[in-house]
Amino acid sequence: MSSTDDLLELATSVVAQARDGEGLEVYVTRGTETDVRAYEGEVESLTSADSSGVGIRVLVDGKGDEGTRMGFAWAGSLDRDVIAATLADARDNARFATPDPDMVLAEPDGVAATELDLWDDGVASTPMEKKVALAVELERATRQADPRVRQVSSADYSDSRVEVALVSTTGISSWRRRTNAFLSVDAIAGEGAETQTGAGFSVARGPGELVPDEAMDDAVMRAIRMLGATKPRSGRCTVVFDPRVVSTLLSVVASALSGEAVVKGRSFFAGRIGEEVAASSVTLVDDPTDTRAYGAASHDGEGLACRRNVLISDGFLRMFVFDTVSGRRAGMPSTGSAMRGGFAGTPSAGCRALILSPGDLGAEQILAAVSEGLYVQSVSGIHSGVNPVSGDFSVGAEGLMIRNGALAEPVREATVASTLQRMLQSVVAIGNDLRWLPGAAAGQTLAVADMQLSGE
Amino acid sequence: MAEVFAEDAVTAAAMLDDRRIEELSSGRSRGAGIRVVDGETTGFAHTADLSEPGLVAAAQAAAAVARQGGPGVRTVALGPGSFHGPGDRTLPDSVDKARKLELLTRADEAARSSGSAISQVSVGCGDSRRRVLIANSDGLLAQDDQIRTRFNVSCVANGDTGMQTGYESLARTEGYEIFDRHSVEEAAERAAARALTKLSARPAPSGEVPIVLAGGSGGILFHEACGHGLEADHILKDASVYTGRVGELVASPLVTLVDDGTVLGEWGNFAVDDEGFLPGRNVLIENGVLTDYMWDWLRARKEGRKSSGNGRRQSYQHLPMVRMTNTFLLAGAEDPDEIVAQTPSGVYVKKLGGGQVNTATGDFVFGTTEAYLIENGRITEPLRDANLIGNGPEVLRRIDAVATDFDMTPGTCGKDGQSVPVGCGQATLRITGITLGGTA
Repeated sequence: MSSTDDLLELATSVVAQARDGEGLEVYVTRGTETDVRAYEGEVESLTSADSSGVGIRVLVDGKGDEGTRMGFAWAGSLDRDVIAATLADARDNARFATPDPDMVLAEPDGVAATELDLWDDGVASTPMEKKVALAVELERATRQADPRVRQVSSADYSDSRVEVALVSTTGISSWRRRTNAFLSVDAIAGEGAETQTGAGFSVARGPGELVPDEAMDDAVMRAIRMLGATKPRSGRCTVVFDPRVVSTLLSVVASALSGEAVVKGRSFFAGRIGEEVAASSVTLVDDPTDTRAYGAASHDGEGLACRRNVLISDGFLRMFVFDTVSGRRAGMPSTGSAMRGGFAGTPSAGCRALILSPGDLGAEQILAAVSEGLYVQSVSGIHSGVNPVSGDFSVGAEGLMIRNGALAEPVREATVASTLQRMLQSVVAIGNDLRWLPGAAAGQTLAVADMQLSGE
Repeated sequence: MAEVFAEDAVTAAAMLDDRRIEELSSGRSRGAGIRVVDGETTGFAHTADLSEPGLVAAAQAAAAVARQGGPGVRTVALGPGSFHGPGDRTLPDSVDKARKLELLTRADEAARSSGSAISQVSVGCGDSRRRVLIANSDGLLAQDDQIRTRFNVSCVANGDTGMQTGYESLARTEGYEIFDRHSVEEAAERAAARALTKLSARPAPSGEVPIVLAGGSGGILFHEACGHGLEADHILKDASVYTGRVGELVASPLVTLVDDGTVLGEWGNFAVDDEGFLPGRNVLIENGVLTDYMWDWLRARKEGRKSSGNGRRQSYQHLPMVRMTNTFLLAGAEDPDEIVAQTPSGVYVKKLGGGQVNTATGDFVFGTTEAYLIENGRITEPLRDANLIGNGPEVLRRIDAVATDFDMTPGTCGKDGQSVPVGCGQATLRITGITLGGTA
């Protein structure tokens, strides 16, 4: 992969083509990825590829003083001809948008970007044979971990290197890069006619920091402890969520904390700044400047510095996250929280590195305080069962019953339900066992009182 | 075996939100994926560089990873080829952008005039043209030109009890002629009505209840309950509850399940799959008996049989795998109203949202986005959204009535990080018991 300069140079050269009175923002990216899947001691598939792309936003003045029109176009290539055609497409698209006084490009806001080291040279320097060996060995070890493991349906190694440059006519000029390495395994355990599954993973900036045993142990333990699971009886109880599930739940809560959802009337948090929206133990921070977070980033999707934003403190709602446009609609500055889905997406406000402030108790102590309840190790149907507009919450759950403060029999084919609003108020314990997980949030053990468990 | 998959895709999208045309976007993606299969190992590389040196470099990378990167050239005589054009379609780029925007505005107005409680509306319209060419070392040569058009409306209604949402979509493997037969106003009104109705909804029940699924409410039930479990990649890894069960009774005798990529215009329709094979009408379950699985080239080859035309990929940057196309339960003989009338108590599901399945255990969930209580054989109060959870083989056995009112719904299916368009279909049917995850 090449140096900083040529991507920034490329973006700058496109921005230089801006016409009088035209705003231009150019996002260029280049990356390399490797994916290895092992099966029965062999490489099932190996993908190795480079990719690149460009996304261009064009802003032109509307008629009179009505505002600005935005057009967007993208292409999966950095060829000069393709970029020229993409710019032409974006210009043509801009003719049709509704003029909007709040539609502006980000301008440098004086906040200095935190220098983050998110790059591990090991991703490029590790020989392919070594990466292949990581996947093959993970598969082999998982198969042999326990006689009840009867299949490993996938064991994968993957890594990526990505660099992004973003330049605009409003003075934005940013460049960032990151690497990721990932090991994951799906174990299938069986006893008689019964089958249960468990997934485990390890994630790091580079292959050298991956912990294969962590992935294996998690997958095997999760599959095996589910053997013998039955459908539970319906009723209300305290639910203790595993750190991985908590990470997922926080990501859903985050979509209601997006300033864009708020200004457009799509968040149950709208109009509630300063109110007590959660139990007093809840402090929720979005901090992409913490390098331990998977979503850590120096710059946001508009090239502004990422920063630490305290969203909820001691149960009180303090702020929402904004990109430039949603911020203007709310009369607020950007919080450096523009997200974009790669070169093919435009910015929108969101969280990338949520951390729920850890409590004092370990997972076992949290369980010990529950006389009867459910421990949820994984959930399903998050996208179909959680509505961040209404707050309605209903997800498929599997895990173990909690009886007299200890994990008891496994249960499956159950759901847990409430509303996000009520769940935040009903947090009764937050663990000290914070885990840095892939995705937009870290997670730790969390107990929520009075949820509806549905089964028989 | 070596294969080249070349793709040239052009997409356009327009979004109206908060009463403004917020964004028009267009995108282009062009490149080739090269796959080399040696024994049990697949090597794959892709490139956006379609020049001869670019393709050769990618081919060498793919061959090297499949460990047959040695010297030697094999010349392959390509067959006569299977070429398919876009047919009689109104191509997206022939449609004026202003006309597309007019569709958005019309839908916005229709949704907002459905009721004063409608507080927010977003409308999206998108189209794509995807031209693919596949050639492989068996001499296969095929080409397809796929046109897809979608339109979706999301509404928020705001009332005393908080906010509720409603969603509706139109999506066809067609051009803009889709709007000659489908009204964007009607789609918008359905989305708005869904949100408005739920303002007065009560919490859904908790526990096992009989449910009646309305015709076309989303055959996603079958997509999740058994579709994924009948994909040969899961079968060959013994990661499906349906492994080794061909010939067995796996569902109620009322269940005949078909996957059919040939249904013209449906969202999962195409002329050749992403490995160059013709799609087929594949009967998976017939009168409750499991008859076959779905196959791509790689898995079919292991079993010494032919691909069933189910090899699909998201783009040239992805490896193909076994995917569904249009998956549906054939209609039955009963009257849909009669099925409701003969259900003393239960839940009537008018519209389903998404779902998810664990193929190894068969446990699956799917969400309701419009549902009502059934009391004394009558549809009564609306219910708030909830997930249903069941076990595929168990739920299929509990289907005790299927009606005549068949309809299809478009959807997006995700598997292993890849998304492809699919269709789902069913007529009104009843499941004698399934767990509903409400709070009441």
